[in-house]
Amino acid sequence: MPKIKLPTKSPHIDMTPMVDTFCVVLTFLMLTATMRPTEPAPVDTPFSISEKPTPDFNIMTLLLSNDDRVFLNFDNGPDTLLKFRPKILALMGGRYSIEFTKAELREFEKYPSSIGVPILKMKEFLAAKGNKAKNVFQTGIPIDSTDNQLALWILFTRQVNPNVQTCIKGDSKTSYPTVKKVLDILQEKNVRQFMLITSLEAAKINIAEIQQ
Amino acid sequence: MAEIIQEEKAGGKKKAKKHAPHIDMTPMVDLMCLLITFFMLTTAFSKAKIMEIILPEKQKENAPAPKISASRTLNIILGPDNKIYTYPGTVKAEDFNNLPPLAETDFSATGIRQKLLERNRTLAKKIADFNDQVLTGKLVISQDSVLGGIRQLKKDDDTGPIVLIKAYKGANYGNVVDILDEMNICGIALYMLVDITWYEEKMVETAAGITPSAATAQK
Repeated sequence: MPKIKLPTKSPHIDMTPMVDTFCVVLTFLMLTATMRPTEPAPVDTPFSISEKPTPDFNIMTLLLSNDDRVFLNFDNGPDTLLKFRPKILALMGGRYSIEFTKAELREFEKYPSSIGVPILKMKEFLAAKGNKAKNVFQTGIPIDSTDNQLALWILFTRQVNPNVQTCIKGDSKTSYPTVKKVLDILQEKNVRQFMLITSLEAAKINIAEIQQ
Repeated sequence: MAEIIQEEKAGGKKKAKKHAPHIDMTPMVDLMCLLITFFMLTTAFSKAKIMEIILPEKQKENAPAPKISASRTLNIILGPDNKIYTYPGTVKAEDFNNLPPLAETDFSATGIRQKLLERNRTLAKKIADFNDQVLTGKLVISQDSVLGGIRQLKKDDDTGPIVLIKAYKGANYGNVVDILDEMNICGIALYMLVDITWYEEKMVETAAGITPSAATAQK
């Protein structure tokens, strides 16, 4: 039997359509990308049926980690341009008689994530180089009644930006006493309306179930 | 370009070498693959959702507690290990020797949800009917009016339970959010987060079989 000889094809494949699609996808992703902010502590938000999206600006976010540390983030998204951060830190420093240099204020402004540093360690925190070295100082904002720095942060944030709304982003494993303390502090500072950040979960109930 | 240059050369009759029109695009594709992967991993596609809650104004030290009818009151205490304890009515500090038993339930659809729906049947049915009418097109109104309509239904209701949510120290934030969510699902009109009292803590400890000393050690 004669062997059937397959015609040898050139090993090149035309990659143009593939490149085209890649280009489109890449452009789309680049244009829609909103960077996921890195948090100093991993947080698993609880689920709810609420479908309201988080507002883009004028929010401060209280981050409660599962090891009961409290962090605060003042400006998100478009707010960053208004440079609230240095003002808040300057006010906070004024209260504790700590003078922050221009470079330190700038460093604080540039720090892209939530802050959980006791104010007395703030200078060391700002001087530390790199995220790893900085995270050592992120021991959480003190919320005890003897040294209630969180209340002051909230007070000054609201002074600098009166339109600010409060979000609470808590890990579902955060213990209730911590949550209670934070809520009490907010209530004391007359922040009574706030938003709990949750992930979406579907829940359905039907009339039949109700009539049972 | 190549041709122009060649024409300038004196009497160049040589034909320009014809290159194959293919360019090796592999490195470009590689790079794009990397970029796409990077962007896909760092992009937050869906924005986080929020649940709004409103706390009551801070009460003054010796202001009298607001009066609510005991028959409509349902107390929910969030216990340790994702358990829920409920009891109806009110308990006073005086009768701490004779505390009512707690009913134990959980966060499943047959647990606390069933219980809440049972007590909130009239209102839940009204809300479900209302939603149904909107969905089937019998009632054509805007999204805002739907929310307003539900709010009005809740406001008019005077049979549903008044739920007091309390949390024992072993509870966590997830439990709180879950129970508030359950309030939304069941369409409870009146609910609030209140502090747990010492005798309610005692009730939970009896029900869960925790000795008070162990509870403090846990904390």
